[in-house]
Amino acid sequence: MNIVIAAVGGQGAVLTSKILGTLAQNIGKDVKVSEVHGMSQRGGSVIAYVRFGDNVYSPVVEKGTADILLAFEMLEGARYIEYLKENGTLIVNTQRINPMPVITGEMMYPDDLDDKFKNLSINYIPVDALSIAKSAGTIKAVNVALIGVLAKNSSIEKDEWIKAIKDTVPEKFLELNLNAFEMGYRLK
Amino acid sequence: MTSNKFLMGNEAIALSAIASGVQFATGYPGTPSTEVMETLIKNAKKYGYYVEWATNEKVALETAIGASFSGTDTIVTMKQVGLNVASDPLMSLTYLGVKGALVLLVTDDPGPHSSQTEQDTRSFGLFSNVPVIDPSDSKEAYKMTKYAFELSKKYETPVILRTTTRVSHRCDDVLVDDLNKIPFKTSGFSKDSRWAIFPRLTAERHPVLEALQNTLSEEFSNSNFNFIQGTGKIGIITSGASYHYVVESISNNKHDFSILKIGTPYPFPEKKVFEFINSVDCILIVEELDPYLEDQTLKLIGKLGINKPVYGKYNKYFPCCGEYNVKLVLDGINKVLESLNYEKIKFSNVIDTQNVNVPLPVRPPTLCAGCMHRTVFYGFKKVSKEFEKKGIQTIFSGDIGCYTLGNAPPIELIDTCICMGAGISVASGISKTSKNSKNVAFIGDSTFFHSGIPAVISAVYNKSDITIAVLDNRTTAMTGHQPHPGTGKTAGFEDTKLIEIEGILKSCGLDFVKSVSTENLDECINVSRESIEYNGPSAVVFRGNCVSLVKSKLKCRVDTEKCTGCKICFEELGCPAIVMDRDIPNITSNCIACGLCVAVCPFNAIINEGNCYEL
Repeated sequence: MNIVIAAVGGQGAVLTSKILGTLAQNIGKDVKVSEVHGMSQRGGSVIAYVRFGDNVYSPVVEKGTADILLAFEMLEGARYIEYLKENGTLIVNTQRINPMPVITGEMMYPDDLDDKFKNLSINYIPVDALSIAKSAGTIKAVNVALIGVLAKNSSIEKDEWIKAIKDTVPEKFLELNLNAFEMGYRLK
Repeated sequence: MTSNKFLMGNEAIALSAIASGVQFATGYPGTPSTEVMETLIKNAKKYGYYVEWATNEKVALETAIGASFSGTDTIVTMKQVGLNVASDPLMSLTYLGVKGALVLLVTDDPGPHSSQTEQDTRSFGLFSNVPVIDPSDSKEAYKMTKYAFELSKKYETPVILRTTTRVSHRCDDVLVDDLNKIPFKTSGFSKDSRWAIFPRLTAERHPVLEALQNTLSEEFSNSNFNFIQGTGKIGIITSGASYHYVVESISNNKHDFSILKIGTPYPFPEKKVFEFINSVDCILIVEELDPYLEDQTLKLIGKLGINKPVYGKYNKYFPCCGEYNVKLVLDGINKVLESLNYEKIKFSNVIDTQNVNVPLPVRPPTLCAGCMHRTVFYGFKKVSKEFEKKGIQTIFSGDIGCYTLGNAPPIELIDTCICMGAGISVASGISKTSKNSKNVAFIGDSTFFHSGIPAVISAVYNKSDITIAVLDNRTTAMTGHQPHPGTGKTAGFEDTKLIEIEGILKSCGLDFVKSVSTENLDECINVSRESIEYNGPSAVVFRGNCVSLVKSKLKCRVDTEKCTGCKICFEELGCPAIVMDRDIPNITSNCIACGLCVAVCPFNAIINEGNCYEL
């Protein structure tokens, strides 16, 4: 299983990769997680990889091989869409966050991404994760709301997902995050 | 007893250091090395060892040397460019050797993801005669850190533990020992002429040092960290992260290949490599950064008069720059297979990649909404335009930190950036040689303590007409908010003396030293102008809070009645919290009410509006 997490710096991609890594470890898989942080934390484009299976060597997902692309923002979903294999699943937060070239008016934010995604040979799941996170109590829980949607679309038991979140998220943010997970999971 | 933990490479190194009985840890933050010290700091009280952040990497290594001379087992951490700063003590230390173990963690950054250089610390080991251990994942990082401590003690030599970003920031299952409180045991310093380097001592020690390299090469040839996998006739020599890319590339064609995985690149385990070369028909060398293994292998082949083809970076089978991955490694292997008339290996699963076929705007890192640096840069930009009208060019030398982002549009203020502490000295050099220019050097608080101070003294001493702008947000922001001497807190966040930057500047002989709060744009502009106009060296400390440490519930709002849609706030500030909603700016929830847009709006159309922050 190859998962790519695409996000804007500060949206919690690293924590998400840790939750997914812990999940895979808890269910007895060989798992590798790789992320790059530093400069990109300041609102830049961020990518993290989670790979698990019977034997996994490289921690990096190659282009055209991802089973799942978990995108925290539309433009970042489009940027890393080439990682997805044919008939792979794109779970994307429909939120738009303008990057600097859009803010300064140098470029337009592409407004037809939704149509573009619909026309690809992929399993496209758009989610308003920002609204879910807000009603769960914090906009910071966009990541865990999306994990809820991912859990619903996976064959791994729900309890394992909850355990992985409990194992990874600090105690004081746990309740908010479990709320966000539950709301993402129950989304129709 | 042991247990299985899912750990980042850097966490594995820290826990292994604790399991090895480390008693003293120091370093300077730098991506991707920082989490080693952070994990050590978090656990210091529990396991009873000492931790500190040093002001720079040279100081860190020298402090660690002192601890080691006292018989204490130490670890010192830095990123690869930090080793450049620490190279002076390292080059001497190698002759003297150590008493307590001294393990030097250095992280390389192929890509680079967040560094100025793509330098290779394995080559630094060769240059300095310091053994280098090179793990490929968290499991190996754990085992090899222990080995590094053992090796350092056994041979009384410093040992470099070298990782790359994909090893430091990769998570794996690791078998971790149950950790126990470390009893503080140190022999203390005993006086001995061996600790004071002199030309005569160097001459005496140099042959010993050279002999040690041969001993280590022998030991490494028998080490399990250099192992052969498979019996195929196509040989691949590899190390670090590349090892896993190789294994995955050939996983369906294993019978054709054999792999020699090198875990101890310096001193080169020649006997082991010779044994391997003898067993294969040709040799591929797969490694990121320098052609280090390739150089060593070519040297060995030349020395022994072996006639077997070597495929590597020099004959362009593999790229000499950038980060590797499975696809890239497989491409190189396939090129070799093609020239050997073998069938190429197919990359499993790959189908044509998906594409949305529209140009996508890039998303570079930016200064946060409400960042104090934006206010300072905006002020200086205004002032530089005034000087431009008078025919005077204003040149801005930058430095390393979040404020390097001041080179990005729309601010685009930073003209030079070299390395930590260079801004002030570069500005001095330009001021002496570029006529009709005014020179401003930006430097952050942590960088000021790191390596800014000697440059300040040199500028004063040499009467340079420059302005030093210290951007003091009271933290080391870029690497994750470590404390420094200007914060009044130690690594473990205990109270300590707060060292005032203004006091240092004054005692360096600067007559013009002012402090300004970045909450007041007009004052920032006035002081910036005054400091540039001042004849001779001047300094201003701009002080504000790092927004990622201050939780603000305040927010600004646009009065749509008053707003004329002039877009000044939007176009000139490049604030991530200001977005255009048709022709009128809208302020989003990441606003922290820094007030900069309120101050720049010519129509008073932005209001600082109390407590209305959404969750």
